[in-house]
Amino acid sequence: MQNFFNALNNFLLIALPYMALLVFVVGSIWRYTSTKFKFSSLSSQFLEGSQLFWGSVPFHIGILFLFFGHLTAFLIPRGVLAWNSHPARLIVLEVTAFIFAIAVLIGLVNLVYRRLTHPRISVVTSKMDYAILLLLLLQVVSGLWVAYNFRWGSSWFSSVLTPYLWSIYALQPDVSAVSALPWIVKFHIVGAYLTVLLIPFSRLVHFLVVPLDYLWRPYQQVVWYWDRKKLRKSWTPWSLQRPRNN
Amino acid sequence: MDVRAQISMVFHLDKCIGCHTCSIACKNIWTDRKGAEYQWWNNVETKPGTGYPTKWEDQDIYKGGWEKKNGSIDLKGAGKKKGLLNIFHNPNLPVIDDYYEPFTYKYLDLIESPAMDDQPTARPVSLITGKPIDIKMGPNWDDDLSGTPDYARKDPNLHDLSPAEQEAMFQLERMAFFYLPRICNHCLNPACVASCPSGAIYKRGEDGIVLINQKVCRAWRMCVTACPYKKSYYNWHTGKSEKCILCYPRLEAGYAPACMHSCVGRIRYLGVILYDAGQIENAASDETESLVDRQLNMLLDPFDPGVIEAAKENGVADSTIKAAQDSPTYRFVKEWGMALPLHAEFRTLPMLFYVPPLLPVMASLSKQDTSQGEKMDPIAKFWNDTWLYDTSTEDLWGTIDQARFPLKYMANLFAAGDEEKVKLVLKKLMAVRIHRRGITVGDIAPEKVETALREAGMDAETADAIYKLTSLAKFDDRFVIPPAHREQAIEMLEFTGDTKGSIGFGFKENAERGL
Repeated sequence: MQNFFNALNNFLLIALPYMALLVFVVGSIWRYTSTKFKFSSLSSQFLEGSQLFWGSVPFHIGILFLFFGHLTAFLIPRGVLAWNSHPARLIVLEVTAFIFAIAVLIGLVNLVYRRLTHPRISVVTSKMDYAILLLLLLQVVSGLWVAYNFRWGSSWFSSVLTPYLWSIYALQPDVSAVSALPWIVKFHIVGAYLTVLLIPFSRLVHFLVVPLDYLWRPYQQVVWYWDRKKLRKSWTPWSLQRPRNN
Repeated sequence: MDVRAQISMVFHLDKCIGCHTCSIACKNIWTDRKGAEYQWWNNVETKPGTGYPTKWEDQDIYKGGWEKKNGSIDLKGAGKKKGLLNIFHNPNLPVIDDYYEPFTYKYLDLIESPAMDDQPTARPVSLITGKPIDIKMGPNWDDDLSGTPDYARKDPNLHDLSPAEQEAMFQLERMAFFYLPRICNHCLNPACVASCPSGAIYKRGEDGIVLINQKVCRAWRMCVTACPYKKSYYNWHTGKSEKCILCYPRLEAGYAPACMHSCVGRIRYLGVILYDAGQIENAASDETESLVDRQLNMLLDPFDPGVIEAAKENGVADSTIKAAQDSPTYRFVKEWGMALPLHAEFRTLPMLFYVPPLLPVMASLSKQDTSQGEKMDPIAKFWNDTWLYDTSTEDLWGTIDQARFPLKYMANLFAAGDEEKVKLVLKKLMAVRIHRRGITVGDIAPEKVETALREAGMDAETADAIYKLTSLAKFDDRFVIPPAHREQAIEMLEFTGDTKGSIGFGFKENAERGL
């Protein structure tokens, strides 16, 4: 039995993350280069606008905060620990994160409810949409559970999970500390890997193409087939680059 | 001077009979697909009326186009700040009910119905959910319904007409309406291009056609908000936005766009206009009153040697310059000054121009005649007098001055509120009629004809040219399409017959939603 759990731990905490990362990277590149026409956030606001507000907005704002929170603990664990060294700051951080997680939960519940009850939205919902919603729902519920029952997560994430994640990254996986964590924490970790794994196959791809370059591009875009200034020059070769509009 | 070529259009509204043939031609070629059923890249509206989508001209509702603030312009409902902040939920996005829920009928029920006491019926079903629905809206729901309280009286263009003027407009005896066919304006300062966060929308340099790259669109759906004409549509099935492509595959092959080709009334003209792209920003951010003039000033004379030289330097093909010289749109818009842009106050510099209609204006109600009922021929059911449709005024411009249709309304549509501009065009239209009547019927004194032409600012030769291009123009006169130079082919196309009814045009990826 012990062997079985060891094997399971190794599979879920070592094999799965590598699998997930590989599938995510290769899948995303394939998805971006080969299925561009299907690469979309698949907004359904056009079919139903008002209910979406109470789902999409709290979900996105909350998930963005949580995503960057987890990322910060991964990148600068010492900074997080230093911040948490004062109890008041620790509580502020934990409570804030908890509130954002509640926002995610509310948003997700609203989104699921909308998908299940609105006839027009049901039509444009795929099985993968349900899978993603369920997965994220489990993630946020388990995350809230962990945050409430095993305090203070931001600190022990930085000291236990960050070394583990870095060991994965350094190709020298060390699961000795993580294996001892409660099963619900492991559940949350595995859920995260599954989410990463499913990104290329779901509407989650839209987060890979967040249009931040919009901020510094000029408003108007004109695309020319050839460089028009050089078109009439006899030395203009026919090997000019084609524009990226096709 | 940054000379560029733009394929522009002129719609001669006097000739539009409101038959919707253009809409059907477009629908059959481009939007007969799932997710695009509700899209009418070409639609025809009855004016006054609320249009499609409902009240699209009211930018207090839809927040389309540009607005001027502190001397410069920015998008009203989208843009870098608003667009990215509202990306999770766009508060200014119209929903499908603002257009209509697409529907069909269960025709098979008629055929497969067993023998019954009653006739079988074909129930309407939603093309989205497939469930039976009560049809509440359609793309031309208020067709020919001018004067009705639900539609005509809610027309946003009536906003600065006095209640008395509006009341007079909708009296049964005075009521008039006309048709407004609309397609994408392929603007010089397109709001949709500016609003697209992923940069999927672009204007083609060679001919000015505005397109959405279906492979780059990510359904951020800001273009739907930003286009003040509501001519960018969200395909709810594929999760991509779509719009009129001016039938570029047809244009490149030398054919007229389907809507223009099929036009029964021959109201449509298409041709190249050269313009100075360096003026776009200044022209679009000028005062509202001068927007029309500034836009028309940007359009360049294709016979001017300086313009030709600058055009060649900019890589405009010789054949395109020749097409610009033969362009019917240049003649209507610039040479004759008879065509005006639709809603210049949206500041997108639209390149589709309209010749305002004279017919709803012309007939004036000279006097209230209470004995009208007696004058109806009891057998022919025909009013044998002129009270209803009186064009026999003695004043030269009487029919325009005492128009039964407020010029203010037309000015709101075509001249950013400037009545004088519309009046001048109507005078020109009238002068051509007076001139031609003088020739063909001969019951108008030559002095009167001369005065009319002079006051309209044209000579007899011009009037004849206008008459010819208006009434007698052949296919090749109405559509002067510049050769596409296949040797420099703009968009390389694959054969798409096998994806007909699926994605539209251009490539062969199936229209699945997501993966």
